[in-house]
Amino acid sequence: MKILEAINISKSFKKPIEFQALKDVSFSIEKGEFVSIMGKSGCGKSTLLYILSTMDTDYEGKLYLDEQLITGQTSNQLARIRNEKIGFVFQFHYLLAEFTVLENVMLPAKKLGIKSLEEIEADAMHKLTLLGIQDQALKISSRISGGQKQRVAIARALINNPSIIMGDEPTGNLDSKNADTVFDIFKELSEEEHLSLLVVTHDQDFAKRTDRIIHMEDGRIKL
Amino acid sequence: MIAALGVTFGIGTYIIMMGFMNGLNGLLDGLILNRTPHIHLYNEVEPTRFQPIDMWQGGKNTIKVVGSIKPKSNQTRIHNALPLIDYLNKQNYVRGATPQVKAQAFYLAGSTQLNGVLIGVDIMKEAELYNLNDYITEGQALDLAKNENGIIIGAGVAKKIAMMVGDIVQVSSAKGEIMPLKIVGLYQSGLSDIDNVQSYINMKAAQRLMGEKDNFITDINIKLYALERAPKLAEEMADLFDVAAVSVQSANAQFETGSTVRTLISYAVSITLLIVAGFGIYNILNMLIYEKMNDIAILKATGFSGKDVKIIFISQAIIIGLIGGILGLLLGYGVCVIIDNTPFVTPALPTIKTFPVVYAPKYYIIGIVFAMLSTFFAGYLPARRAERIDPVDIIRGQ
Repeated sequence: MKILEAINISKSFKKPIEFQALKDVSFSIEKGEFVSIMGKSGCGKSTLLYILSTMDTDYEGKLYLDEQLITGQTSNQLARIRNEKIGFVFQFHYLLAEFTVLENVMLPAKKLGIKSLEEIEADAMHKLTLLGIQDQALKISSRISGGQKQRVAIARALINNPSIIMGDEPTGNLDSKNADTVFDIFKELSEEEHLSLLVVTHDQDFAKRTDRIIHMEDGRIKL
Repeated sequence: MIAALGVTFGIGTYIIMMGFMNGLNGLLDGLILNRTPHIHLYNEVEPTRFQPIDMWQGGKNTIKVVGSIKPKSNQTRIHNALPLIDYLNKQNYVRGATPQVKAQAFYLAGSTQLNGVLIGVDIMKEAELYNLNDYITEGQALDLAKNENGIIIGAGVAKKIAMMVGDIVQVSSAKGEIMPLKIVGLYQSGLSDIDNVQSYINMKAAQRLMGEKDNFITDINIKLYALERAPKLAEEMADLFDVAAVSVQSANAQFETGSTVRTLISYAVSITLLIVAGFGIYNILNMLIYEKMNDIAILKATGFSGKDVKIIFISQAIIIGLIGGILGLLLGYGVCVIIDNTPFVTPALPTIKTFPVVYAPKYYIIGIVFAMLSTFFAGYLPARRAERIDPVDIIRGQ
């Protein structure tokens, strides 16, 4: 089953000069697949990721998520889709500094508003346990280490049981030990929970260990 | 939190300004208004406006000229004064109408005679309507009511004739009648022109001094419930009772202007204060959004819509407004209490011991409402910016 399918995605920037960042990019991701996107900086890989993430709506082509057409939906609908089906892990953790770890993880689920507060809390504790940081749950999120923060960010991405996790250099800011931990977590999620993952990375070692590498060059996928 | 402090100071100073300025205003107003009847009825000495020749219907195209008109000799007493007062006291817009007998007199001290005005009054009514007790520095109104031959003497007069409470002063009427009166109190209005001349005695005593009967009344002072209606009612009364009627507004035109100007100033100052506070809030919320850029981006990335973010910021603004506003009211009230207890002694106002402050709920309500409104609007623009922030710009910018 195709979780994510991109058909002929093109995008061009008008500023500062007319520049075509993506040229007819098409590919798909299967359920449970762990895919990495590699390429030199400026090749359009991040641009592609943000289009796939539904945050960037200014493009041509068609995008399907869970076999549902995403292209052309309103920003409120897209926010709902992101909330429900996509989990993000960025290079920077983006935790809310004043909140506890647990509250940070619970936030997207509270927004979704399907489960009761107790259920969400239990879920969040479960995800934190999965990532081995349950003992940090009640700390203020600015008081934990960088590697732990990134793991909290992953737990937050997982809280609504999304269809796909997207990562933009999720290990970019971490030392090799923490980067390994994060990779192992991703690998485990993909193999055991059959979660699809799409990760943009510069890290050769990281990419080599994924199921599939998409190489990009000058706005195209290099086969 | 700092934003809330901005609101606190804005609203606090507003409350202090309004309380203090209106207190002072009230004091100054009271200086005049407490003693001034809203409408004063008396008989004016003036030439008759309607001359006999005006009755002549003939000669339509002629101009009638009467030269050298002299004022008509007129009695100073108001005709039918007692029924008139009864009638006035029954009107629902009249708080009280009091009769007065104004007598020109001399204070006798040895060989010197001091010019003076004795006002025969119903002292208890006078005290009730015109806060006379506030201006009696020694003794009280009741002492005069108890002593038929008492006098509450002007402080300036007492000083000039070197007498104090308990002494007997001789007064003589313009016709030469001499009458001993016991000083039961000292009266100090703060206006030395009055204090040097004027004294209060019982109405009966004044009538006796003048050699008149007890329906002899020269002036009627009327206090209304609504000060604003005085000019119109004065006109009506002048027509109805055929007397001269002067409203407080026309008697104290310069005071009216001063009062208006002071009110205007206090409004201008408080509006400025509130606007400055409003801009402060706007600035702080604006800064807050720059600070929280990352948080906004991640909220949007994880599925919060622009509307949610806007609501978060507006509710934050409103909470700041509410907390800041309430603290501001408390601060304002606290400082008002301090000012209220600060000694303020002035010879002009013998009964005032501390600075006057007004604690009208009106200002507190305006304060909190403005705090809420201004934080809402000051929060709305930044919140709308937060709504429009593109998370991709922020996240990719890192």
